[in-house]
Amino acid sequence: MEYQAKQLFAKHDVPVTEGIVADTPEEAKAAAEKLGVVVVKAQVKAGGRGKAGGVKLAKTPDEAFEHASNILGMQIKGLTVNRVLIAPAASIEEEYYFSFLLDRSNRQYLCIASVEGGVEIEEVAKTNPDAVKQIGIDPGTGVDEAKAREIVAEAKFPEALTEQAVQTVLSLWKVFVEEDATLVEVNPLARLAGDKLEALDGKVSLDDNASEFRHPDHEAFEDKAAADPLEAKAKEKGLNYVKLDGQVGIIGNGAGLVMSTLDVVAYAGEAHGGVKPANFLDIGGGANAQVMADGLDVILGDEQVKSVFVNVFGGITACDEVAKGIVGALNILGDEASKPLVVRLDGNNVDLGRQILDEANHPLVTMVDTMDGAADKAAELANA
Amino acid sequence: MSIYLNKDSKIIVQGITGGMGAKHTALMLDSGAQIVGGVNARKAGTTVSHKDQDGKDVELPVFGSVKDAMAETGADVSVLFVPPAFTKDAAIEAIDAEMPLIVVITEGVPVQDSAEVWSYLQGKKTRMIGPNCPGIITPGESLAGITPHTITGKGPIGLVSKSGTLTYQMMYELKDLGFSTAIGIGGDPVIGTTHIDALEAFENDPETKAIVMIGEIGGDAEERAAAYIKEHVTKPVVGYVAGFTAPEGKTMGHAGAIVSGSSGTAQAKKEALEAVGVKVGKTPSETAALMREILAG
Repeated sequence: MEYQAKQLFAKHDVPVTEGIVADTPEEAKAAAEKLGVVVVKAQVKAGGRGKAGGVKLAKTPDEAFEHASNILGMQIKGLTVNRVLIAPAASIEEEYYFSFLLDRSNRQYLCIASVEGGVEIEEVAKTNPDAVKQIGIDPGTGVDEAKAREIVAEAKFPEALTEQAVQTVLSLWKVFVEEDATLVEVNPLARLAGDKLEALDGKVSLDDNASEFRHPDHEAFEDKAAADPLEAKAKEKGLNYVKLDGQVGIIGNGAGLVMSTLDVVAYAGEAHGGVKPANFLDIGGGANAQVMADGLDVILGDEQVKSVFVNVFGGITACDEVAKGIVGALNILGDEASKPLVVRLDGNNVDLGRQILDEANHPLVTMVDTMDGAADKAAELANA
Repeated sequence: MSIYLNKDSKIIVQGITGGMGAKHTALMLDSGAQIVGGVNARKAGTTVSHKDQDGKDVELPVFGSVKDAMAETGADVSVLFVPPAFTKDAAIEAIDAEMPLIVVITEGVPVQDSAEVWSYLQGKKTRMIGPNCPGIITPGESLAGITPHTITGKGPIGLVSKSGTLTYQMMYELKDLGFSTAIGIGGDPVIGTTHIDALEAFENDPETKAIVMIGEIGGDAEERAAAYIKEHVTKPVVGYVAGFTAPEGKTMGHAGAIVSGSSGTAQAKKEALEAVGVKVGKTPSETAALMREILAG
């Protein structure tokens, strides 16, 4: 969110005014009393906040109170606004666009800069692509002062701003590499009265892989309030789960196979009253009893779920471990496990896995040998 | 013939003493692959005990560096089971030692680390597969990675996939026909070997008669592969893309849309492939059926 991006900007000396975060209209009013004329800005992880009515100018503390009352609780692109940023109103002379990002197609980084217009950058990119400069950056050498000067010259920042722009580019580069970002975007980067360059709004996307062991502090940026309660629960247990709007719970291993399973279940559902997958859940490599129990627990917590499809192909995961996991999970859950489970196993130690499930002979479990057949069975049970 | 890996490949394992490394060293040996040793600087000079394909005991030497391991064993492939925090350094060590092929299995490598390794690799002698991939198997000959070697044997199909488990699924669906080589390139944003690299290699491999290409949502690798197929691939290609019903992923803000010029959806990828004559299945089993038709030809 904007205020979090601004915290990271401030940490790395990007010129920025952080403003004051408010969760209630009273806090918004108090903030405006300190700051004077302010802008009340909805804080959600979505673009188009201004167009949605989530950004308003307030000339007095009472106006700030009123705008905050309207904006808090508002829905923007399906996200509820729980927080606003009270930022001092700035006198903007010009707006620029600037970003560093991962360019996955070319396996390098890219700097995108434009001195023509900030907020409407996509429009500028279409109508006047020459005004949007794209400058490739070698991940091996990165951005030093010479590269920063090259970027500033290429983007044609006004001469009066050159030195500030170079320093800002270097600071933004620090945000990008030192925080392990995949995107650092300033939009707009504004020329304020008195030729002062400042990041008025921004967005930073962080790499979860890096946050995991290099940036434990990034956990504070997670938006726990806006997350779906089941997704929050799954996250707590370290599961890769996304809630969807269907009836067939899905557990699988490997993102590709799970995505494919969603597709196959959706197609199978067409013959069974239009039932759809209820979630994405990738249990990854180590599918022991606890992971399986955690996964089932989350899925069965979804009231819409009528049946569960466990689709595992053993590569790293051995099928006997998965089978033990399923049996163990059903024991751990006891009466909590109340929905039919369709299980399809293949790969490493598949015979042993099937044997374990056969011997357990649990009344809720049906084994089906093929992915299509199992999807059909799970859809049928969800429509029963 | 095959691509990148064959019965003569001599493989070392970086991280051979770790849990994952030990487990998959055993499975690779069981497949018949020539595993000739491993690397762990802290355990140099020791050995690890395993069994070969025939159940005979083998003692694999543990070396202090990739360079030492290559000098002593003549290894030409290294498989990395190194934790994500150390993957970049391990890969760079192997590149510096001029290891011809490195296969990075590790999941969870920070993308900036992968980007740095890719940059470092330019102009060097190493090919990298991965990270976050199942590796490569030439059935009946060798395995450098974690693909179950028991699914199927040798045959006329070349397979390249972003996804590990979908690779296994597709090999299973076509197990009666068999594969020349199956390569899982990994689904991370920055990877070493791409769909296009593998397509080029399969096109040049006389043993490969037809190619299955598996993609998934995100990025524009499939669209680029489609453009490559149109210009350079004469062998029949069958495609599968996972994620038609998946929720929209995180967008990259304004910048991402500008750069990729593609929505990255499964539908867009399917259309791009079909536009160049690639038959695309809706499910793994339908994709397998398309391949059967082609080979029955």
